[in-house]
Amino acid sequence: MSAPIDRPEDGTPTLELRGVNKSFGAIQVLHDVHMKVYPGQVTALVGDNGAGKSTLIKSIAGIHAIDSGEFLFEGKPVTVSGPREAAALGIEIVYQDLALADNLDVVQNMFLGRERKNGILLDETSMEEAARDTLSKLSVRTLKSVRQLVSSLSGGQRQTVAIAKAVLWESKLVVLDEPTAALGVAQTRQVLDLVRRLADTGHAVVFISHNMVDVFEVSDRIAALYLGRMAADVPISQVDRPQVIELITAGRSGDLGIAPAEAAAVEV
Amino acid sequence: MSSTLSTPTSAQEPGGAPSGFEADRGTDSLGGTVRAYLDRVRGGDLGALPAILGIVVLGLLFFVLRPETFLTPRNMANLADQAAPIIILAMGLVFILLLGEIDLSAGVVSGVCAAVMAKLLADAGAPWYVSVLAAIVTGVVIGLFTGSLVGMVGIPSFVVTLALFLGWQGFTLRLIGEGGTVPVRDPVISAISDKNVPVALGWVLALLTIAVYAALQLNRFRVQKARGLAHAPLAVVLVRIGVIAAVVVLVTAVLSVDRAPAVGVVLAGVPYAIPLVVLLLLLLTFVLGRTSFGRHVYAVGGNAEAARRAGINVTRIRVAVFVIGSTLAAISGIVAAARLGSVAPGSGGGNTLLYAVGAAVIGGTSLFGGRGRVRDAVLGGLVVAIIANGLGLLGTEAYLNFIITGGVLLLAASVDALARRRAAATGH
Ligand SMILES: Nc1ncnc2c1ncn2[C@@H]1O[C@H](COP(=O)(O)OP(=O)(O)OP(=O)(O)O)[C@@H](O)[C@H]1O
Ligand SMILES: [Mg+2]
Repeated sequence: MSAPIDRPEDGTPTLELRGVNKSFGAIQVLHDVHMKVYPGQVTALVGDNGAGKSTLIKSIAGIHAIDSGEFLFEGKPVTVSGPREAAALGIEIVYQDLALADNLDVVQNMFLGRERKNGILLDETSMEEAARDTLSKLSVRTLKSVRQLVSSLSGGQRQTVAIAKAVLWESKLVVLDEPTAALGVAQTRQVLDLVRRLADTGHAVVFISHNMVDVFEVSDRIAALYLGRMAADVPISQVDRPQVIELITAGRSGDLGIAPAEAAAVEV
Repeated sequence: MSSTLSTPTSAQEPGGAPSGFEADRGTDSLGGTVRAYLDRVRGGDLGALPAILGIVVLGLLFFVLRPETFLTPRNMANLADQAAPIIILAMGLVFILLLGEIDLSAGVVSGVCAAVMAKLLADAGAPWYVSVLAAIVTGVVIGLFTGSLVGMVGIPSFVVTLALFLGWQGFTLRLIGEGGTVPVRDPVISAISDKNVPVALGWVLALLTIAVYAALQLNRFRVQKARGLAHAPLAVVLVRIGVIAAVVVLVTAVLSVDRAPAVGVVLAGVPYAIPLVVLLLLLLTFVLGRTSFGRHVYAVGGNAEAARRAGINVTRIRVAVFVIGSTLAAISGIVAAARLGSVAPGSGGGNTLLYAVGAAVIGGTSLFGGRGRVRDAVLGGLVVAIIANGLGLLGTEAYLNFIITGGVLLLAASVDALARRRAAATGH
């Protein structure tokens, strides 16, 4: 049920972007971007360096305000003007640099900024229980203790904690920016399993990666950005690896991709 | 379930058991605690051990060198008085150091606040509580000012507080006048230093402290065990309670012995400075360890960007730690003024700040931010005070005192830096 197979996309996408434009000063980074992310699916967001992947997810997170375009969450138009609003909608982003505090333990990091309290006292008991619960649900088995300092964790374990942190918050959409970039073979395996499990527990997942093996292994859909334009946003079964690479490097492949005229316009 | 789902995590972390969280299930005992401590040491956190070693070694050293005078009840009471202002100032610095910031003006701020109090007492004839309140409010306002310059304007704290180090000294000089001193003779304020808790009450407080501490520790252990949370083994909890109980009883016993220099009069009991320090220790430890504010202080010190993304108002935390630092500086200034019986333009200058920073760092607070506890100020403050006190008994000249205290601070800072480097090198 969870293998990357072609599934009918008849449900409402958790996130839908329509015609999103974003410029930094004179430089337009995102051009008329359309994208759909479905619940229970992993959508791979691919593109060359500088294609605009991080900019796109920062727009989703409310860190960058978009210049124009529509942003639909579960079918309803919304405006997200800050990380807090994104979080309130159920959007959680795991950034490339993870942003964990090394001097705090796993539980403390997972609840950072949203601590549970009993009056003015921190409710350590319930936080520790909830953290362990979430980690168990995600079948994370590699942590010795949830009270371990993050400074003592391996790269894969840190990624795991960052992802679990995102899941703790009844999130509906989880965005992962290159979660396997700095990991070895074994740890990449763990994180990919975790990404798959996120989708299988009903989350809509956006997974950014430069590694085509990883992308084809866990994804249900693929969205390819080419110089800030969405070259394709299709079920993964409709493309193969050479096609995706063409989409990434040239913006089109066969009848997929941005129109030749447009592509030519981009080249110059 | 598909193969992707049910595939067990194929690669275990070294030492990881398939079920996970094995250290949390309470099956491991003392060995686990020792391992956890070694883990922390490798992570750059030596804990209280160096400071405790320092206290023991220096205590033995001065006891051997001055067996008649050093370990006497009278000198111990004196040591407590000497240590109190250093410890209180250092407690405030712990908050600031936790963010990786520094307050070079903390010492002279204690002088400004003490001067405000002394002037109100002596010149305006204000009652003690008004003067003390004014001193503390002065501390709060100064902290808001420093904190705003650092947190909102964005000037490095080193520069801001270096400028204020000069500026506030000028302010105190203007307030008191060149060569002047303002006496502090209010009986209530002087009592902090020269009056003692009645012996019986002292024992009641001591036993109460032990009982409350033991109850809290045991209750926490019980809850953690019952709900299957990570917890220290019972033996460790009991040892902790035992050590605290022994220290409290020992200190109370020594200070309950009559230490009057002449026969006929009785001078016994715990100096009021001690319960004051203990009260601040409990209060601030609670703030740092049990409230979300404290948690956010650690987070900002550990990774300000992570804290910001977690929705923590980093600027507010920056300003707040400087307010806490200056408020404690004010209290330290009041205690120092009570001890000396006067405030002079140089109050809080000289080595006051160096001693307090030294105390925090020797106690185990990192200069790089993110690591430190309020108790560090107490343990490190005792080390610094023992050095000053012992060298005083030896009758060494002032220059040696400076050199030795400076050397100890340098040693502590090196340990801090090396621990940090080691932590970075081992990928922690
Ligand atoms: N804050 C900014 N101001 C100006 N230009 C920016 C800003 N952020 C990104 N850009 C530009 O936008 C373009 C897209 O950058 P982005 O970081 O989104 O790429 P990316 O697809 O995430 O690349 P990578 O794979 O290297 O992470 C780049 O040309 C970059 O220089
Ligand atoms: Mg990027």
